[in-house]
Amino acid sequence: MRSSPHKTDGERIVIAHGGGGELTQRLIAERFLPKLGNPLLNPLTDSAVLPVEAGRVALTTDAFVVQPLEFPGGDIGRLAVCGTVNDLAVMGAVPEALTLALVIEEGLCTDLLDRIVDSIARAAGEAGVVIAAGDTKVVERQRGDGLTITTAGIGRMREDVRLGMDRISPGDAVMVSGRIAEHGLAVMSAREGLAFETELRSDVAPLSGLVGSLFEAGAEVKFLRDPTRGGLAGVLADLAEQTGLSVEVEERAIPISAAGRHAAELLGLDPLTVANEGKVVCVADGSEVEGILKILHGHPLGRHAACVGRMLASQPALVELVTTTGGRRIVPRPYGEELPRIC
Amino acid sequence: MCLAVPGKIIAVGKPEAERVTGRLGVVDFQGSRLEVGLAFVPEARTGDWVLVHAGFALQVLDEDEARETWRYLEEIKAGDVLAGIPGDGSAETP
Amino acid sequence: MTETAAGAPTAASSAMRDPNTDQLVERIVEASRRAGPVTFMEVCGTHTVALFRSGVRSLLPESVRLISGPGCPVCVTSQGYIDAACELASRAGVTICTYGDMLRVPGRSGSLEQQRACGAEVVVVYSARDAVRFAERHADRKVVFLAVGFETTAPGTAAAVVEAQEKGLENVFFLCGHKLVVPAMMTLLSHGDVPLDGFLCPGHVSVITGARAYEPIVKTYRKPCVVAGFEPEQLLLGICHLTEQVAEGRAELENVYGVAVSDGGNATARRWLEEVFRPAAAIWRAMGTIGESGLELAGPYRRFDALDRFELSIGPDYDPPGCRCGDVIQGKAEPEECVHFGVGCTPAEPIGPCMVSSEGTCAAWHRYGRGGVPGGRHSGEVSDGASSATAAGGSMGS
Repeated sequence: MRSSPHKTDGERIVIAHGGGGELTQRLIAERFLPKLGNPLLNPLTDSAVLPVEAGRVALTTDAFVVQPLEFPGGDIGRLAVCGTVNDLAVMGAVPEALTLALVIEEGLCTDLLDRIVDSIARAAGEAGVVIAAGDTKVVERQRGDGLTITTAGIGRMREDVRLGMDRISPGDAVMVSGRIAEHGLAVMSAREGLAFETELRSDVAPLSGLVGSLFEAGAEVKFLRDPTRGGLAGVLADLAEQTGLSVEVEERAIPISAAGRHAAELLGLDPLTVANEGKVVCVADGSEVEGILKILHGHPLGRHAACVGRMLASQPALVELVTTTGGRRIVPRPYGEELPRIC
Repeated sequence: MCLAVPGKIIAVGKPEAERVTGRLGVVDFQGSRLEVGLAFVPEARTGDWVLVHAGFALQVLDEDEARETWRYLEEIKAGDVLAGIPGDGSAETP
Repeated sequence: MTETAAGAPTAASSAMRDPNTDQLVERIVEASRRAGPVTFMEVCGTHTVALFRSGVRSLLPESVRLISGPGCPVCVTSQGYIDAACELASRAGVTICTYGDMLRVPGRSGSLEQQRACGAEVVVVYSARDAVRFAERHADRKVVFLAVGFETTAPGTAAAVVEAQEKGLENVFFLCGHKLVVPAMMTLLSHGDVPLDGFLCPGHVSVITGARAYEPIVKTYRKPCVVAGFEPEQLLLGICHLTEQVAEGRAELENVYGVAVSDGGNATARRWLEEVFRPAAAIWRAMGTIGESGLELAGPYRRFDALDRFELSIGPDYDPPGCRCGDVIQGKAEPEECVHFGVGCTPAEPIGPCMVSSEGTCAAWHRYGRGGVPGGRHSGEVSDGASSATAAGGSMGS
């Protein structure tokens, strides 16, 4: 389901749509505002102006270049909203507003653009955020990959919450909110050249509600991070590197669906390294685990949450997996491009 | 050099195509499906388990023996092995 | 880590273990007491990785040592082949289709990954058929498929070649680099400079060749050979049988992977190989040319040969400066004995293929083992300063 630049019927985006003139105005008025409009965006001024209360603000930015643009379970628009919202949520902020810069490749079908904008609107609604500001550019064919999206997100820090790697100590428990590897595998299945169908769907979802439920219940969470690029292994590597502590993880405790496990086997991928877009890793004192898991299990996005390991003082600071045989091996930081292999 | 994975044939391609592409089939791997060349397992039928490597089935497997050898086939049948939470198999996203 | 003895797991994890695994480990420990120190060669990159990833390596007693052999198809591919692939990648109108394994191996002028960054079209595929289908869909491109791999993978290439023939395609070519495992094992043994007590034989190669393929090794060199699969229990079972053979003074061919491997193998697959290929001498990294150890296109299928079509030849093999991959794949050196291991040579910045290949011995040691601990075992103690610095810096930073 890639965008199809050689279709000869249907409307397409042309360079002039990004020129700032009439076509741009019509694009915004007809395709963006009806779905994304809100008091911040509607004036279409050069900047959105937000009231600032006492306290601190979290600010994040993200770029989205996923291919294909639409994949099982989501699309680049949903990914853009959720990815940005989640970066705010895991900091202990309440996400409020996003900016959205679209770089559209000349020739993109407007039907596809409409679907993506619809998806952005839906995701923003789920997450309880508004699109406060936007920008649209159009680049020549072959310079754009169909569509790329850059965002910034802003949220108000919950002042009763203090999260950070510095709070982590030996003995702390490491939890994950649900089944891993679904997003990366779902996207890979949709890529040309793999001819691989799967019931797997991307888990892309806004986590502000899930995370919020932890804070609202007064759970003593020390640290949160979403395991996107690099997967769970990436976050575990971050933990070891930045706390100077070791992480010991039990392979049997890691939640993964049968389809996920098998798809990863098939492609020769380690599920620990595959991206997730609707999961959070949570570190807390061991005494908090039962309470935290109970809260997570009560939320639709956390039904398969589990405690997967713990922080240890042993040196050197490594991530070690206790395998299903009871043996051990290191979990390295992923290289950065996980490819289907024969070997 | 030899990543090969067990799966079950759920469909076999049209015989008339066979001469050109070799016999093809669809193999299911607990929810993921791949088009697989069946040229090297001419005896394989729909419902058989096969060992698949780089897009080709290399051997027909006895299902029980396969489940014995590849333990994870047994472990995650229900859709959730690991956290001790009853798996209901449904997707998490709303 | 809280451990009681070398390789013994923690109390916390023992509740989760498979009783079969425990029994097999006990049998190995018991047999190794009778056998004395033993060294087995596993001739399969997939075994190398599986032994680490499953944690089985960490469960073995110190006296059972595993070394890797020439079993990673990327690592045994000569530099000349890689340079030819990169040369083709740089040609206008050429698309390289390759398994992911080959992408990052350094050639004389960089890797295919780097070629791609400079504008070459390099597409990773899962199957040889994907390359043929790519060629069909992109008639304007000349597609070259990097046909590497052992007997497990070669039949797939044969089927793809025949498909290309049947479809009358003119724009797909195969750079043949398939190799055969047993000739390399025999050559290694004939050199006689690596003391070995037996071989853990590659399960999936054996699906094609049959377990009987290893009879010459048992007969000529009196080395135990056990064919095993890749699941954790298979690995333990294979090592267990090997150790017990040595303990009992036997040198036999055994097959513990009967679910997939028969004595005679897959005759249908071998007929496809015979139809499309003929055996040829092949250059193996560091081992030189081994007769009848490779496959080249034969008869009407010659027209798909990339070297012929593009008028290239495979240059002589050479080692990248300072590289000891050749020694590692022959079992003459363990990764940590190479001065570059983890220092100048890491998965992110490799000098040779053993570090970059997903099945490379050095990559496996670096990724999954604790650098500085022999055999990747976990002694539970803090390693000495130098090697722990290497381990921490290498594995976290790469």
